[in-house]
Amino acid sequence: MDAVGTPVAAGGWRRPTLPPLSLVAPSTLICAALLLPIAYVLLRTLGAGTDAWDLIYRRSVLDTLLRTVYLTAAVTVATVSLAVPIAWLTVRTDLPLRRVWAVLTVLPLVIPSYVGGLVVIAALGPKGLLQQMLEGPFGIDRMPDIYGLPGAVLVLGLLSYPYVLLSVRAALWTLDPALEEASRGLGHGVWTTFRRVTLPHLRPAIAAGGLLVALYTLSDFGAVSLLRFNSFTRVIYIQYDTAFDRTLAASSSLVLVLVALTLLVIEARARGRSQYHRTSAGAARRTRVVRLGRWRWPALAFIAGVVTLALALPVAVLTYWLVRGVQAGESLGFVWDAAASSLYVSALAAIVTLLAAMPVAILTVRHRGFASAGLERITYIGFALPGIVVALSFVYFGARYVTPLYQTLALLVLAYVVLFLPVAVGTLRASLLQINPHIEEAARSLGRSPAHVFITVVVPMLRAGLLASAAGVFLVTMKELPATLILSPLEFRTLATVTWSASSAAFFARAAAPALLLVLLSSIPVAFLTFREQR
Amino acid sequence: MFHLQFHKPHSMSFRVSILTILAAALVVGLACGGDSDDGGSGNPTPDPEPTANQEPEATAEVGGKLVVYSGREEELLGPLIGRFEDETGIDVSVRYGSNSGLVATIFEEGGNSPADIFFGSDPGALGAIGERLLVLPDSILDQVDAPFRSGVGRWVGVSGRARVVVYNTDVLTEADLPDSIYDFTDPAWNGRIGWAPTNGSFQAMVTAMRLIDSEDAARGWLEGIRANGATEYPKNTPIVQAVADGEIDVGFVNHYYLFRFLAEEGESFSARNYNLAGGDSGAVILVAGAGILDGADHVPAAELFLSFLLTPQSQQYFTDETFEYPLVDGIETNPLLVPLENIEVPELDLSGLSDLEGTVDLLRETGVIP
Repeated sequence: MDAVGTPVAAGGWRRPTLPPLSLVAPSTLICAALLLPIAYVLLRTLGAGTDAWDLIYRRSVLDTLLRTVYLTAAVTVATVSLAVPIAWLTVRTDLPLRRVWAVLTVLPLVIPSYVGGLVVIAALGPKGLLQQMLEGPFGIDRMPDIYGLPGAVLVLGLLSYPYVLLSVRAALWTLDPALEEASRGLGHGVWTTFRRVTLPHLRPAIAAGGLLVALYTLSDFGAVSLLRFNSFTRVIYIQYDTAFDRTLAASSSLVLVLVALTLLVIEARARGRSQYHRTSAGAARRTRVVRLGRWRWPALAFIAGVVTLALALPVAVLTYWLVRGVQAGESLGFVWDAAASSLYVSALAAIVTLLAAMPVAILTVRHRGFASAGLERITYIGFALPGIVVALSFVYFGARYVTPLYQTLALLVLAYVVLFLPVAVGTLRASLLQINPHIEEAARSLGRSPAHVFITVVVPMLRAGLLASAAGVFLVTMKELPATLILSPLEFRTLATVTWSASSAAFFARAAAPALLLVLLSSIPVAFLTFREQR
Repeated sequence: MFHLQFHKPHSMSFRVSILTILAAALVVGLACGGDSDDGGSGNPTPDPEPTANQEPEATAEVGGKLVVYSGREEELLGPLIGRFEDETGIDVSVRYGSNSGLVATIFEEGGNSPADIFFGSDPGALGAIGERLLVLPDSILDQVDAPFRSGVGRWVGVSGRARVVVYNTDVLTEADLPDSIYDFTDPAWNGRIGWAPTNGSFQAMVTAMRLIDSEDAARGWLEGIRANGATEYPKNTPIVQAVADGEIDVGFVNHYYLFRFLAEEGESFSARNYNLAGGDSGAVILVAGAGILDGADHVPAAELFLSFLLTPQSQQYFTDETFEYPLVDGIETNPLLVPLENIEVPELDLSGLSDLEGTVDLLRETGVIP
């Protein structure tokens, strides 16, 4: 049996063997699809005149870029510091109602960022619901301004920490319990064990999740525009909205691609090259539960606080809009068709994205090399671009070169794959790193084909990572808006598009109903996956 | 103190929680589907009965297909589309989206665009797509007065909206408000104004100021409002909300958003509209309008649709249900609205408002948009 390229120690590097065609062929196809938005952006940039460059390289725009980088860093740090404790508490401890928290803490991922922005302003704004509650007893007639950086960090942090949570939780499930047991056996306490053993092993998962958060922050428009933070993506949207200038907008997007590339280099360094899997034989067994003792109450307060702000608050404000509107005699639209479409297309996107992510993850973990590393990095570019830019690239190539596929579900799902592949690849990669390749080699040496080994040996071990990836892609597809609006088949509507349409026409009750349904329906598969994960 | 123990699964309580979620989903879903029987979006009041002098359009079934790209929301256009389908047998497919997203989509689709009709909600969007629109037949154009259609006949206005000042009724009365939009540069308004400089209707108003007054007047106003520390919002709706909340005292918006809030929050909502006086350029009337795309496969159906939007029934729908101004003669304006004849509207040919470029340059120069 030939040696599979695997680093044996930190920084170690074995010459990679040529990966099998069954991995290379699908990966090449995926790579081609991933390059479409970049090709489109380059094409539009080349078509732009020199005045476009003068407009992009202005002092004010570059200032905006710096502020955006600052925002990105702040949101990433905030999400990691929320998500890592939540992951540990919901996987490793006897926190009361642990499974319920495990489901609820993931759900903020499904709340569209403009809804999050509207809700936070309605609740915590200068004259929001909180101020109205405090005015009577305390005479507070105006809350401190949440607009600008603090509000943007708050909203983006609360809506995007589940990216880190999903990947870290998957890594915790896959982590070999023997490591922590050895540390405890050597007399280290829970905290020292977490800091010196668990945390270093979570590094790839934290880096992968943090990268998603950073890129999501770069490309967000809804929250920053409502909270008046002048980010670079907002500048791009303004070029579409006010000047109807798609050339200038696409050229500006190229700047975002460059920022994303920088972040990718930083992440590649942060994740390190260490080996994360067990090297010797060990027995599979259940992980021990850490008893929190008196610490359970602060832990409960922390997790309940996060869920209150990130989930209960939006649901409460939406319910308030719904009740208020219905009382005033508003009629609500019929949204079952949109609910069915949302579930169907999100499930489809999750499955197809997972299938596409697998060869990429295997290539990058098991066949390390320049090409596979490059491929894995490319998957992230789509996530950093504003959704409208990716959607328009599919309009350009779809309407011109694959006309029969244009405005079909197939092209829409392909766009989702390009947008959300990193959500699956990052988590899968982090989980795959924890599986010792020698197990696969042993299975191969017993005469099984690589595909058979993958399905019967690797997939069961990867289960937590697979489920977390599927859940992540499902949730972000449920709320996806710009690509759905532009690329969906005619007459196809989802809960996200119905919510958006109603709220932009100021039909708040009619916007609230599908938004609530979005959260409720999303919670079912998440609950199911969490249940599977914890069995 | 920490202890170690093996975790015991609680699958029972978990199943209960899934059931709870399913039940809750069912309840919300039923609430959504509750009183809607038209299969599309619920239309609360029945459509007005056609009166004796109104001839029903297209009595014969025409059949065929039509593809509409609409920058107006489904809540507003959906009921009309349903009626058009019923009356003509034409199968209409609509892509709803933002004006700018749809315009960019049509340009990227190039010659393969499936769209027959573009329905835009401001003159800037109609101007931006203008080169891709066909010249409309006079029979359609002539139904609407000259100021409310394209100067070169490429689009026709369908409904009108007035630019107004929305004000907080707890701190201001109409008597406190000035006649002209230029008066808001007075330092007395410092920190009290909200605006949406990236919004298409706002930009059309700035274009009107450039055309009616002068380039310098518009520049001076933009700089003055900026110097007064105006708060920036992404669009009209949050301005109306912020005015009612008392976050700001006044905002520059289109008139009809207020009525949506009143419908949901009742008369106690603390914001009202104010019409500027003396033919001020801040009181300009804008239109939402539609045109037929040059690659349209269903031109006859598209022309029928535009005519349908201008029938008395459709025009009555716009004023009754979306609180807009009808653009054809002989329609009774919604009694909640200030009648057009009571507004001192500035003289202006709206087709001039589709010239966005100068306005965008001015907004950038003054630092109002990045």
